[in-house]
Amino acid sequence: MITTIPLVYYLTISAALFCLGLFGALARRNAIAVLMGIELMLNAVNINLVAFWRYGSPDPIGDQSGIVFALFVITLAAAEAAVGLALVIAIYRSRDTVNVEEIDLLKW
Amino acid sequence: MDVIGIISQLVFFLIAALTLAAGLATVLLRNVFHAGLALVGTFFGVAALYLMLEAEFLAVVQILIYIGAIAVLILFAIMLTRSLMKNEDSNINKQWAWVATVIVILFVGLFILILQVPWQHSGTAVYTDLVPHLGTALLTTYLLPFEIVSVLLLAALIGAFIIARE
Repeated sequence: MITTIPLVYYLTISAALFCLGLFGALARRNAIAVLMGIELMLNAVNINLVAFWRYGSPDPIGDQSGIVFALFVITLAAAEAAVGLALVIAIYRSRDTVNVEEIDLLKW
Repeated sequence: MDVIGIISQLVFFLIAALTLAAGLATVLLRNVFHAGLALVGTFFGVAALYLMLEAEFLAVVQILIYIGAIAVLILFAIMLTRSLMKNEDSNINKQWAWVATVIVILFVGLFILILQVPWQHSGTAVYTDLVPHLGTALLTTYLLPFEIVSVLLLAALIGAFIIARE
């Protein structure tokens, strides 16, 4: 299985997913949709980490640093989602909107 | 190429198409709730990619944490803040054309870079169970980051609770 699919395929999928997530994070109006774009980008990074571990490591059993790194990224994504969504809900309570164009209190 | 190779390539392209289609739906669908459901599909596709990469533990973690926790949290937040996004004429802001241009350039650049670098393939098939080695690594080599990340999770939990409280 590992010999028939080149590393380039995984890297291409990861790049495409990262670009989609970046588009979502930069172009969406809804703050929650922006957070979803960020989650897509984190997933793309994780694919890269695991693919490089699988293809690049000379000893993928003994040295699982790619997997460990991906695990930490997933943990941080969970923390980021919890805090980000709490912020969105707090803003919705006080300003009655989740549109990022209307949340401009700190804009000079 | 033998039959197994062809089948695995077919499976890979199927998973890739599903993942990218769901990702596209996530960033383009007008209804944010539908976009959230498409996000779940993307997470499933990524978990399948982890399985193809022989990272079974990470695939299960992906389904448990991303679909079970993060996606459900996002869907809950969408339902809590939903009422006013219905009559919105567009869910994409005014600078989307610029963003799309930059992102197409970024993707083409990345693609050219990926094709040009001579990647070394040292991967051979792994037939042993990787999880015991992973557990040992987490509790020996990576013990300090492991503990720090647990403290960070606790801090994020308390922070989210305090921020979202009335």
